[in-house]
Amino acid sequence: MSAIRRIAVLAIALALAGCATNNPRDPLEPFNRAMFQFNDKLDQVALKPTAEAYSKLPSFVRTGVGNFFGNLGDVPTAVNNLLQGKLADGLSDVMRVAVNTTFGFGGLLDIGTEAGLYKHNEDFGQTLGKWGVRSGPYVVLPLFGSSTLRDTLVMPVDIEADPWHYARPIRWRNTGSVVRVVDQRAALLDASNLLEEAALDRYVFVRDAYLQRRQSKVYDGEPPETSTYEFDVGPTLTEAGGDAASTSSVAAAKSGEPESKRVVEVEQNARHHAQPDTKENIK
Amino acid sequence: MNVLKKLFAIAGIALGMLAFVPHASAQEAPDTLVKRISLEVLETAKTDKDIQGGNQKRVLELVESKVLPHVDFQRMTALAAGRFWREATPEQQKQLTNEFRTLLVYTYSGAISQIRDQKLDFKPMRAEPSDTEVEVRTQVLQPRGGDPIQLNYRLEKTPNGWKIYDMNVLGAWLVETYKGNFAAEINKGGIDGLIKTLTDKNKRLAASIAKAPKAS
Repeated sequence: MSAIRRIAVLAIALALAGCATNNPRDPLEPFNRAMFQFNDKLDQVALKPTAEAYSKLPSFVRTGVGNFFGNLGDVPTAVNNLLQGKLADGLSDVMRVAVNTTFGFGGLLDIGTEAGLYKHNEDFGQTLGKWGVRSGPYVVLPLFGSSTLRDTLVMPVDIEADPWHYARPIRWRNTGSVVRVVDQRAALLDASNLLEEAALDRYVFVRDAYLQRRQSKVYDGEPPETSTYEFDVGPTLTEAGGDAASTSSVAAAKSGEPESKRVVEVEQNARHHAQPDTKENIK
Repeated sequence: MNVLKKLFAIAGIALGMLAFVPHASAQEAPDTLVKRISLEVLETAKTDKDIQGGNQKRVLELVESKVLPHVDFQRMTALAAGRFWREATPEQQKQLTNEFRTLLVYTYSGAISQIRDQKLDFKPMRAEPSDTEVEVRTQVLQPRGGDPIQLNYRLEKTPNGWKIYDMNVLGAWLVETYKGNFAAEINKGGIDGLIKTLTDKNKRLAASIAKAPKAS
C-alpha cells in the first residue's frame, strides 16, 4: 500500500472520528440528518399528499395493488429464504407465488394468506446478515430512507432480483414503480402520524427503531443479543412510602380514578392554553 | 389438655398456610394476563361505537382502566433514562415518570384508536415457572394481509402481580428506542430540559385531542 493510500485512509479515519457523535452506530450522523430532512421535506410536499389522496380510493383497488406488488415481491423473498437455508419458508413462498398468480388473477388476490401460507419479507441484505455480515453504520439514503451500509451496498442486487424491474415498456414500469411507492406510503400513513406523536426527536427515534427492527428482521424476530439494560433499577415495589407514581398506580388498580384525573388535568390545562396558543405551530 | 391445644394450634397454622397457598398461586400467570388484557382491549376497541367513531377520550379511559394498572412505568422510565436516572433527584424522577407515562398513554391510545378488524395471535411462552422476568410474544394479524406486526412484552413479577416494563413493536424495544431520545435531550438541557420537553409535548397532544376529538 503506497504512502499516499495510507495517508488517505488515515485521513478518512480521522475525519470519521472527528464527527464522532454520541452514538457509535451512527458515525455519519450529520450526513444522515441532512438526508432525513430532505426526505422529510419531499414526503411533506409530494409523497404524503399523494398517498393521502390515494387512500381515498376504494379499498379493493388498494388491496389489489398491494397484493399485485406483494406477489412480485414474494419471488426474491423465496430466493432469499432458500439462500438462508430456510427451506420450509422458501418453499412456502414459492407456493404463494404459484397460488396467487394462478388462482389470484395474476396476484391481485392474496389467496396464499388465507390458505395458511403467510407472507414473509426477505431481501439480500437480510441474507447477508444471516450469513454473518454485520450491518455497518446507519445510512439515510435520499428517497429510499433508512438503511445500513451493508444494505445500501447490495441494493443493486435487490433491484435486479425484483421481477418488476423487467417489465416493459419502460413507461409502464416506471408508472408502476411510482404506484407501488405511493401504495406503500399510504399503508404507513397511520403509523407515521403515530410517530409524530411518540417521538421527541424524530431522527433519533427513527434511527434507533429502524436499527433494532432491521436486526430483528435478519433473525426473523429472534435476535441473538436482545436489548440489555445498563443501570437496571429492578422492579418497582409499590409498598407504603413509595412515591406518588407508584401509589397512584396502586390506587388506579382499584378505582382508575387518579390516573384519569391526571391526564384530564393535563387536558384541561391544555384547553386553557389552547386559546391564546392557537397561533403556535404544532410540529 | 395441653396436647389438644397444641394440636389445634398446629391445625390452625396448617389451615392458615393452606389459605395462603391458593392466594399465592392465584396471581395470574404473565401470558394469561397479557392475553386477557389484549383481548379485552381489542374487543372493546372493535365494538365500542365511540371508539370506532374516533373518540380519543374514550380510548384514553379504556387504556387507563384496563392497561395502566399492569405497567411498571417507574422502571420503564428509569431504564430509558439509563445512567442519568441516578443523577436525578427523587422529585425529578417522579416528574419524569409521570410525563413519560402520559406520553406513552397518548401514543398507545393513538395506536388503539386505529384498530379496525385486526386479530391477535399469542405465541407459547418460553419460561421456567421460577422466572421472575419473562417475555410474552404476540402478533397482530392485519386484515389487509400485510406482514403480521410483532408485539412482545417483558414482564416482571411483583407482589402485586406481573407488570409490564418494556414493549417491543415490530422488533424495536420501547426502552431501547427512547434511550437515544432521552440522552439527546438530557445532553441538551439536563434532566429538567427533558422533563420540560416531555411536558410541552404532552400539552400539545392533549390540546390536539381536546380540539379535534376525531382521530385524524
